[in-house]
Amino acid sequence: MAKSDGEVKVLGTWSSPFVMRARIALNIKSVNYEFLQERLWEGKSDLLLQSNPVHKKVPVLIHGHNTICESLIIVQYIDEVWSSAPSILPFEPHERAEARFWAAHLDEKWFPSMRAIGMAEGEDARRAAIGQVEEGLVLLEEAFGECSKGRPFFGGDRIGYLDIAFGCFLGWLRVTEKMTGIRLLNETNTPHLLKWAHRFCSDDAVKDVMPETEKLAEFAKMIMGRMRGAGKS
Amino acid sequence: MEGAVVLLDFWPSMFGMRTRIALAEKGIKYEYREEDLRNKSDLLLQMNPVHKKIPVLIHNGKPVCESLIQVQYIDEVWNDRAPLLPSDPYKRAIARFWADFVDKKIYDLGSKVWKTKGEEQETAKKEFIESLKLLEGELGDKAYFGGENLGFVDVALIPFYSWFYAYEKCGNFSIEAECPKLIAWAKRCMQKESVAKSLPDKEKVYEFVLHLKKVYGIE
Repeated sequence: MAKSDGEVKVLGTWSSPFVMRARIALNIKSVNYEFLQERLWEGKSDLLLQSNPVHKKVPVLIHGHNTICESLIIVQYIDEVWSSAPSILPFEPHERAEARFWAAHLDEKWFPSMRAIGMAEGEDARRAAIGQVEEGLVLLEEAFGECSKGRPFFGGDRIGYLDIAFGCFLGWLRVTEKMTGIRLLNETNTPHLLKWAHRFCSDDAVKDVMPETEKLAEFAKMIMGRMRGAGKS
Repeated sequence: MEGAVVLLDFWPSMFGMRTRIALAEKGIKYEYREEDLRNKSDLLLQMNPVHKKIPVLIHNGKPVCESLIQVQYIDEVWNDRAPLLPSDPYKRAIARFWADFVDKKIYDLGSKVWKTKGEEQETAKKEFIESLKLLEGELGDKAYFGGENLGFVDVALIPFYSWFYAYEKCGNFSIEAECPKLIAWAKRCMQKESVAKSLPDKEKVYEFVLHLKKVYGIE
């Protein structure tokens, strides 16, 4: 199978944290790729529907003849194909299992709880939703301690699988902080994550693909407007 | 590599069955501990504090949670025999995709089939069969999803076969009539000792489902 030869394309949007995962992974491996932007509100492109017929979602990674879907599966594929350093997944099996566990937890529990804040109707519901996210962040602060073992990232000395899986949500987390007026990452409850977040966003593999908070906030207002409008009709 | 292996599990759990199959495929000796989910053991709560769920695999005192993560862990640690994931990165990505598909669709839709009635049940049955047909398409003419031998997707999906009888009775339909190739694949898997030993009897599962329906006040 061809290794790094073969054109690499990422099908996605600038605002999607899941798409960002694929781009960060490719940047870590110094792989050049073409970014094909979907305008999802205008309808999905033929290429997207053809390359991800099952879920019809971004991101999709196209590598030569290979099409890979689902962001975490894409990141693992990238790690395995471009297997020269730096590694994205930890080397040791138990650490790999731990990284995969937290990444799955982020996707299945934590990120949905953050999205729920925006959809909450009424002050009580909002407070409850915020509480859930804060609890989740305390768990992740503990996980950071266990995984990093005193080093700068979940992955150790450099960005790894769990850094990518979690860090991609920082843009949306900042938008949520803006909307609620609450500092979800703070010195009291999540001192290590607060510092990690700055480090992550400044990393060379991340800084050009992390969207600006202002731009995301405007985009969020637009989507929520559309969703509320759709809900009422 | 060696060292004590303990599995905290619950006999009808499809997720636990996946880990049982993987351990059996690799010929790993382990201690099986049945959990009472209404009265979870201290060990379970300690080893899986985040979700408090089974199965939990404990190897050398350290926990691994989530069934598909456990299967990959087992494959990576005991990497000298019966490989469950292919070695080619693209084939691995495909295997992970379909195992993830099973996780996203089959459990929830199957649950709806036995928990609901009327319109809701009919919709669930339809979507359930559609998902199985997509999996049939992926299987194609292969003996197993893994090719000549059991692979990651086979291990992810076959446990649900032990629940098919219960789904069929509750939903009043025949899965074999709609997906004959998939049932042929399932029967082929059941010929394997690792699978046959790991799946409970379908009648027992059906009795369990009837019991759950009483407990939840369904029907």
